[in-house]
Amino acid sequence: MGKDKELVFITVIGQDQKGIVARIATYLFKRDINIEDISQKITGGYFVMTMLVDVADSRWSIEKVSAELASLGADMNLKIQVQHENLFRMMHRV
Amino acid sequence: MSISVAEVYETASMILSHHLDIRTVTLGVNLKDCVDGHFPTLKSKVRRKLDSGARRLVAEAKSLEAKYGVPIVNKRIAVTPISLVMEAHATQAKYVQMARTLDRAARELGVDFIGGFGGLVHKGITHSEAVLLRSLPEALAESERVCAFLNVGSNVCGLNLDAVNLLGPMLLETAAHTCRGVGCARFCAFVNAPEDNPFMAGAFHGVGEGEFGLNVGISGPGVVRAVVEQNRECDLTQLSEVIKRTVFKITRAGELIGRELSARLGVPFGVVDISLASTTAPGDSVARVLEAFGIERVGAHGSTLAVALMMDAVKKGGAMASGHVGGLSGTFIPVSEDRGMIEAVRAGALSLDKLEGLTAVCSVGLDMFAIPGDTPPETISAIIADELAIGVVNNKTTAVRLIPVPGARPGDLVEFGGLLGCAPVMAVNPFSAAAFLRRGGRLPAPVTSLRN
Repeated sequence: MGKDKELVFITVIGQDQKGIVARIATYLFKRDINIEDISQKITGGYFVMTMLVDVADSRWSIEKVSAELASLGADMNLKIQVQHENLFRMMHRV
Repeated sequence: MSISVAEVYETASMILSHHLDIRTVTLGVNLKDCVDGHFPTLKSKVRRKLDSGARRLVAEAKSLEAKYGVPIVNKRIAVTPISLVMEAHATQAKYVQMARTLDRAARELGVDFIGGFGGLVHKGITHSEAVLLRSLPEALAESERVCAFLNVGSNVCGLNLDAVNLLGPMLLETAAHTCRGVGCARFCAFVNAPEDNPFMAGAFHGVGEGEFGLNVGISGPGVVRAVVEQNRECDLTQLSEVIKRTVFKITRAGELIGRELSARLGVPFGVVDISLASTTAPGDSVARVLEAFGIERVGAHGSTLAVALMMDAVKKGGAMASGHVGGLSGTFIPVSEDRGMIEAVRAGALSLDKLEGLTAVCSVGLDMFAIPGDTPPETISAIIADELAIGVVNNKTTAVRLIPVPGARPGDLVEFGGLLGCAPVMAVNPFSAAAFLRRGGRLPAPVTSLRN
């Protein structure tokens, strides 16, 4: 710990079901990724959960984490998208 | 200020459901320093220069795709207009060899297209440029990834009709050399060609550019369509507002990725081109945006107003989102690459004449449409001349990319494959302007060019 944070949003979209948070959180723990915040809501008829996570301590690249989460999502019939926080700051803040 | 779930969801669904992507990152490479009187040395200098600048282009772009979860569909290279580099080697055989050199470099660097195999002839044609033009049918047939262009006019020089007159025969010969005439899809005739356009087939690294420059083409007709569909009842002012807000966001994504990619490559960031660009994917269609406005089929009366509204909103939203907006920054309305456009032609809603009318308010021109292969060369040159006259007189870029398909008749559907899509063959006016075009010479620049 002690490095500057590197924040990434994980977006989970699909049908609500048991174990979503548990499985994703377990995966993130294995990859040394800290969860900073979790929000969820039903929007556009979908269950949407966003996790803000800090990947600064993780030895694994965003590419790898993104691919592994996508395949975890596919197992649960969910779409999981990994995107660096800067994208949202650019798109949604003037 | 923290980012809300709704904002994160909006961005994620733009990508997952509405095809938001960065359409292209195009690295411009100056080749003027490669000029050499010894042709083999020139070719090896070109190759070394391309390797030095673009070696990491594809890998770094892929890394950014993963970081931001935004697909970067195309990674491309644009070079100095090749005729400038080839002035001392003006033979057709050497031009074809240079096309092969560029083609091999593109393949080995992993880029799908390399642009700039062309010249600037808006006032006159040098000997080398005339040879370049004659070499194009073979150069395009012998390569897969080389894109060619010619700038044949500008609002300060007028239109070089002598050059335009050479294009009809050249395109027919190119069509004859390639399957279903598809080689013509890699040639674009321009007026007022931008020097930093990232989109093919017309991208080149302008003579006013530095050693390298990275330009980004955004896209997102699917995203714009979605937001228009959510606002069915609003008036034109409100419609413009919602499009502006959406295009602002799309352009910011392009700006972010462009800045970061150019920093990683150690090259200057050039521009974001804020053109809406269709693909053949369902929903990724500019025509569908116009349909969502309330136009039954593109080409119906009212379509020009709809394109004008969309264009204005796209420019206003995009302009605020980027430090430097450039390139074409308009809206592509290609026929073969846009399902809605294809359907409109097949339904009889969209003719070549109306398409030309639409280009007066979009900025890109007549793009990717097929005509019968037995169209007289003078008529092809006349189609090009008409479109380019719109650009010269209205102080804007226009371009033409047309495919005379050998053996095809109006109404036939011709499959080009991949990104190029398929095109219904459009009828051309059977009457001739050959006697007018034979006059040759140059259309004088319009009076609006006298601004000093």
